[in-house]
Amino acid sequence: MQWEIVIGLEIHTQLSTSSKIFSGASTAFGAEPNTQACAVDLALPGVLPVLNRGAVERAIKFGLAVGAHIAPRSVFSRKNYFYPDLPKGYQISQFDLPIVGQGSLTIQVPTATAGQTYKKVVRLTRAHLEEDAGKSLHEDFHGMTGIDLNRAGTPLLEIVSEPDMRSAAEAVAYAKMLHTLVRWIGICDGNMQEGSFRCDANVSVRRPGAELGTRREIKNLNSFRFLQQAIEYEAQWQIDTLENGGTIQQATVLFNADIGETRAMRSKEDAHDYRYFPDPDLLPLAINNEWIEQVRGTLPELPLSKQARYVADLGLSVYDADTLTSSREMADFFEATLNEVPKEAKLCANWLMGDVSASLNREDRDITQCPISPVQLGGMLKRIADGTISNAAAKEVFKILWSEGGTPDTIIETKGLKQMSDVGAMEAMVDEIIAANPVQVAEYRSGKEKVFGFFVGLAMKASKGKANPTQMNEILKRKLAG
Amino acid sequence: MLNSSLLQLGAALRSKKISSIELTQLYLHRIAALNSKLNAYITINEEMSLVQARAADVQLAQSKTHALTGIPIAQKDIFCAMGWRTTCGSKMLSNFIAPYDAHVIEQFNRVGAVNLGKTNMDEFAMGSSNETSYFGNVKNPWNNNAVPGGSSGGSAAAVSARLCAAATGTDTGGSIRQPAALCGISGLKPTYGVVSRYGMIAFASSLDQAGPMAHSAEDLALLLNVMAGFDERDSTSLQRETEDYARDLNKPLNGLRIGLPKEFFAAGLSADVAQAIEASIAEYKKLGASVVDISLPNSRLSIPVYYVLAPAEASSNLSRYDGVRYGYRAPEYTNLADMYEKSRAQGFGEEVKRRIMIGTYVLSHGYYDAYYLQAQKIRRLIAQDFVEAFKQCDVIMGPTTPTTAFNLAEKNDDPVQMYLSDIYTIAVNLAGLPGMSIPAGFGGNGLPVGLQIIGNYFDEARMLNVAHQYQQVTDWHTRTPQHIEV
Repeated sequence: MQWEIVIGLEIHTQLSTSSKIFSGASTAFGAEPNTQACAVDLALPGVLPVLNRGAVERAIKFGLAVGAHIAPRSVFSRKNYFYPDLPKGYQISQFDLPIVGQGSLTIQVPTATAGQTYKKVVRLTRAHLEEDAGKSLHEDFHGMTGIDLNRAGTPLLEIVSEPDMRSAAEAVAYAKMLHTLVRWIGICDGNMQEGSFRCDANVSVRRPGAELGTRREIKNLNSFRFLQQAIEYEAQWQIDTLENGGTIQQATVLFNADIGETRAMRSKEDAHDYRYFPDPDLLPLAINNEWIEQVRGTLPELPLSKQARYVADLGLSVYDADTLTSSREMADFFEATLNEVPKEAKLCANWLMGDVSASLNREDRDITQCPISPVQLGGMLKRIADGTISNAAAKEVFKILWSEGGTPDTIIETKGLKQMSDVGAMEAMVDEIIAANPVQVAEYRSGKEKVFGFFVGLAMKASKGKANPTQMNEILKRKLAG
Repeated sequence: MLNSSLLQLGAALRSKKISSIELTQLYLHRIAALNSKLNAYITINEEMSLVQARAADVQLAQSKTHALTGIPIAQKDIFCAMGWRTTCGSKMLSNFIAPYDAHVIEQFNRVGAVNLGKTNMDEFAMGSSNETSYFGNVKNPWNNNAVPGGSSGGSAAAVSARLCAAATGTDTGGSIRQPAALCGISGLKPTYGVVSRYGMIAFASSLDQAGPMAHSAEDLALLLNVMAGFDERDSTSLQRETEDYARDLNKPLNGLRIGLPKEFFAAGLSADVAQAIEASIAEYKKLGASVVDISLPNSRLSIPVYYVLAPAEASSNLSRYDGVRYGYRAPEYTNLADMYEKSRAQGFGEEVKRRIMIGTYVLSHGYYDAYYLQAQKIRRLIAQDFVEAFKQCDVIMGPTTPTTAFNLAEKNDDPVQMYLSDIYTIAVNLAGLPGMSIPAGFGGNGLPVGLQIIGNYFDEARMLNVAHQYQQVTDWHTRTPQHIEV
């Protein structure tokens, strides 16, 4: 009998403000412990929070990007619990009145067939602003715990989805799309190792059409691979448990990446009563239309809109359009290259997704570190398009551009890579080849068309690889026909 | 000198009749002599006070002065002052040296006033008798068996006993006005948001407001001019044009409409206080005021509402005192939870723990709607009562407290009786309105009675005018406690 997996994600994105959400301390990663914690972050007696407008603007930007309602009035609440790395004894968060309401995100989910995807819309429940906690350091303190409050007060946008995903692949596609989007609109650096983008997954299983099953929440998944593994393991564990006659208890679980298993951390019974109430130190956050429009003006063209445009206007495949919009930098690079050879979208796409990506991967670089500029690449593609060089010669030019730089035209000139397109010279070569190989000519003329390749090889060799293949083929065909 | 107004002291300093050093030492000597009896101060730091006095004398010599330059002011020990021990009356902070200045402290430093010391108070400002202080109770200078009121009891006693020129206080449910009344001085709680709360240790954030405590309305106006003003570090601080709170002091009161809420003169008000208040109202009529009977029907709910909301906020505000980063930590514990429990059990006093328990309870799942949300709704109704009342009158008057100062330990075993001593003051905090108390005679036991004046939002200048005109024709505010040598 079939089981359906139901997944909802809560993703904490660290907003890219230079100072904290309620204090002026720096948010830079990696400083010496407690050097970026001011009086407010330390929760000294008498200090008060002041909201960072930059964090609000980033939240608005996100809301606009997912087509969500921006609340004209949202409220900061206190989530009360004791923990050593939570200096105030409460976290300032948003509870019943979040800044961003319902929205949606369209994702492309890969299938088992390479290059094949299907489209799905995932609904977003809400997104709200909150402050991060500090870190407890359990090593190096000989049975004691060290507290580093550098991270305390870092702005987070917690993005909550509806339980719309039905497989680990869908969950990963959603998380990746969100990851692309927050970097695309410049609100989060997306650095998962540094914890800038952290996923919690709510997983349950049910018989298709049945009520939702009891969920367990997997906390703090900081890579897409772990997200995939954790959901797959958890879902299978739940299915096995139910099939063996067991029941699922609501719980929070942790994923142990070393052994690839999830393990319950606390059950519903030990759930905290956070005693949420509106923070009296902060006024309700009022956002008027003017502010929203001002932020809207700073929003770049979004990936989905670019994808649609690439397919409709440039004639690219959905797969190509999706790949080229995997990051804003990639899309920018593509568009800048296309600007050099405006009619050759497919050629640009092929080179970017082919040689450029392969070379970047080989050297473990991303598109922003590409040694070839869009102008250089476009200049080379222009010479392919106008027949000056062959594809084979272009690969030569590309290698030189990559390792030594320079301009494509100069390289083509000095390396003698120009294609031969002198029809008279090519005809003379073909005549010579026909004269020297009468047996093969006879075979061809008697219907053995496979011999044609033999002649192409000879012709290319005679031209030292520089002959324009299309032209040369055409001449060969004509002359061989007799 | 000890009975001089702030203006007179300022004139004496500027005309070099006395230096700030001499004036500061005069008070320090009095504190050395009398504080052991009254316990009005928790911390005295002669060295730091005299450094400020010396700097003030330099300023005075260069004529770069403000009205308060060189004047010694006592600071309630709820304000963080850099380098000063700041305890908030609690064992929890008995070892806490503040590394920064509260906005109020900054403002006084800016004009060259001298911080004379940190005054005693109920622990975390929770109390009405100053008996919850970890540093022992304060005695009322008028009768050493009586309480000074609270929570700003140390400041009130210090002003009353001439142990400072003036003082600061904070008022969450009456903590400036009630001790001012019981100690026979003047005190003003401004409109919520007029004085920044930055650096003022929080009790109940939506109610806490700092204000001045002094001998007269005129002194209060000068002090408020320094304390008030927008501060971007407090999101509830109000951005308004700077005003001179002394500008209307001398306006005549002709045509002033005084609202008398019938609820403030009902059962529970002692006869001697009622008599003194009625006499004050009669005095106002002589000054040209008229009287309107008004009603604040929901004010009877202010104590229950307050004792839901204030503890709710306090339970959260006091969570930061966990023994982790600063303050008291239990000497022995077995694990993290044990450290929290022991540090907080040992570091907080009974009344603070009671309110943390109440606050935690009313915010708990399943009780929040019934208590916290319900109380917030009634809070709005209480505020609405005042909106209606101010359509009929310019100021509201009544007693500050139901009785004069009660005896030490009298109400310790009955928190509700203790809470009732704030019955006339709490509604003002719930509504965020300005309120003040000025001396208005004495009760049958010879202890001071306070007249409460409640104004509309931002009407501090008018209230000070109303108080000042009364103080021009009465001398209650100049009386000194009999057995305090002046």
